[in-house]
Amino acid sequence: MRIILVDDEVELVSTLAERLTLRGINTDWASSPADALDMVQRQRYDIAVIDMKMPKVNGRELMRTMQVHCPWLQFIFMSGHGATAALQDEFRGIGKKLTYLVKPVDIDVLIDTINGLISD
Amino acid sequence: MARKLKILPEFWRSEMGPERLTDSSFDFRRIWKRAILLMLCVALVPLMALAYFDYRISRQHLENEILLRTDRIVSNTKRNVSFFLEERKAALQFIVQDNSFAELDNDQRLNSILQRLSKTIGGFIDLGLFDSTGRQVRYIGPYDLKDRYYGEELWFQAVLNVGSYISDVYLGFREEPHMVIAVRKDMADGTFFILRATLNTATFNDQLVYAKESAFGDSFLINHQGVLQTPSLFYGEVLDVFPTGELKRLALSFPLVTKENQPLDTTDWHGRDIIMGYSYIPYTSFILLVVGNKDELMRSWYSARMKIIAFLLGSSLLILLVIPWVATSLVNDIYHADLDRTVAMREAAVAVREAANAGKLASIGRLAAGVAHEINNPLAIINEKAGLLGDLLSQQAEDDGQTVKMLGLIDSIQRAVERCASITHRLLDFARPGEKRNQAVDLQAIITEVLEFFQKEAEHRDIDLQVQIPDDLPPLSSDRNKLQQVFLNLISNAFAALADGDRLRITVTREGQGQVQIVVSDNGHGISEDNLQRIFEPFYTTKSGKGGTGLGLFITHGLVNELHGKIWVESTVGRGTDFYLSLPLQG
Repeated sequence: MRIILVDDEVELVSTLAERLTLRGINTDWASSPADALDMVQRQRYDIAVIDMKMPKVNGRELMRTMQVHCPWLQFIFMSGHGATAALQDEFRGIGKKLTYLVKPVDIDVLIDTINGLISD
Repeated sequence: MARKLKILPEFWRSEMGPERLTDSSFDFRRIWKRAILLMLCVALVPLMALAYFDYRISRQHLENEILLRTDRIVSNTKRNVSFFLEERKAALQFIVQDNSFAELDNDQRLNSILQRLSKTIGGFIDLGLFDSTGRQVRYIGPYDLKDRYYGEELWFQAVLNVGSYISDVYLGFREEPHMVIAVRKDMADGTFFILRATLNTATFNDQLVYAKESAFGDSFLINHQGVLQTPSLFYGEVLDVFPTGELKRLALSFPLVTKENQPLDTTDWHGRDIIMGYSYIPYTSFILLVVGNKDELMRSWYSARMKIIAFLLGSSLLILLVIPWVATSLVNDIYHADLDRTVAMREAAVAVREAANAGKLASIGRLAAGVAHEINNPLAIINEKAGLLGDLLSQQAEDDGQTVKMLGLIDSIQRAVERCASITHRLLDFARPGEKRNQAVDLQAIITEVLEFFQKEAEHRDIDLQVQIPDDLPPLSSDRNKLQQVFLNLISNAFAALADGDRLRITVTREGQGQVQIVVSDNGHGISEDNLQRIFEPFYTTKSGKGGTGLGLFITHGLVNELHGKIWVESTVGRGTDFYLSLPLQG
């Protein structure tokens, strides 16, 4: 199992990746959607954890593009944008089971979510 | 005092207490006073003036009338008296022209002449024939005066000089008032004789009765010495002397020099108001006096004056009653209108303030959400860095005290981050774009549900929970979750304000136009005026240090706005707080 984290905050995304790695999860990170796309095409990932709001491309657009290249990929979204209900609204109609976490993310909750997706 | 207050109009009372009901700049008492004064002036002054002028003019008119009437009576009576005397003098002159001395010097002839005179023009008592020495040679009449000598008598001398004479009334030989007319006849031989007649004073007096009988007053004759020549009603009998002092006082100096027929308005020595006219009777020493009794003559005017005064008093009284009444009710109307205006203006001011408040709160909400979002990322970084630090320390797995302490510190950091996050999340919740899911909501069920959260605490603290909801309340079309949060916030606030043993009451009533009003009322410690002003502002809390974020009511306010409702609060320190919630049935 390999995970990719995408967030424009390098400090956040690198730290989070390191922590997941320390917990035995293979984790890479990208600080821009372009880097992330590049990476998913060169390496197989199972789960992408994506920040909802990034410069130029938002998380949703990034997900669509990634799905074109890696249809097997599952997604977890992080947002600094408040409540989960709002996020659910935003993703209504995509028709795929999606998970949303609100920043700051509790690492244990994140790992639980990842495990949940893998076991499905 | 309390009794007196009752009859005062409302506007008067309004300014008596320290709490004025209106903040208007009107001084109602002054308006009232001015209105009354002005209206009274406008109504009473012309009335008074009219009455006064009518009084003056009618009096003047009547006085002129009386003067004219006096004048007329003087003139008529004078003509009567003159004519009476002239007629008789002319008759005597005719007799002496028509008869020679020889013819008259005959008792039979003289007697027949007297008979004829009495039958025709009348008023004669006797006839006497005198020769040029003054001896009465013939006398026909009731007295025995034949052969008496009259040569020294005043009348005789006068006839000698003038040719004819009308005497004053005098006593003479007869010791009885009488008057005579004498005419002289000059004969061809240079001698003369005189025919004299005594006049009946009663017939003479009859010439003067008009003024007396017409109730005008008195009329009589006096001679130049002021001796009464005819009887008067008030000023003495025949031959009484008119007091000379009085003559002077009446400006009747003799001989009279004032213009004739100019009646005087004066008083007599009896103290009565009189109008006095007078006139000389020509060829005699008679002066005619006509005295009008002014009181009597003015009687009709006095009664008219009484009517005017009564009318004036009556209408003045009416004006005095009506004008204050009208002014009072008008000013009262103005006062009420002003009161309504004031209330309307206050309500408008409140509405404007509320609208401004809502707008302010909304922009604060957006700002807060923006800030919260920006803070979330650094918070997340702190969280991850601290977490990593903790991970690394745990990996070392050396159980020295230092490591344990550092892990504790990291835990503190992460708990502080959690606290921050809970704030930012609530702010972000609040600023969420206005999505709202309408569903049929049973208000009773929601309130009961929410209260269940507090059931334990209420029992523990002995707080009396009262809920009054009408049974026929229809379900609301609203957002269930938001309503829940609103009630959760309000009830939780109330609980914070309540002391043990207090009560919390929730009352739901239907208002007109499809509204429901909910009052969450506690009898806790209340909210001060200052705090009440800012109660819906974010981060405004009196529970600082006790876990309050100052966001509860801010968010509640936002939620109620989203539900198209209104929320406001009334509170008295020490007596409790009422939160009013007005929600549309169809949100």
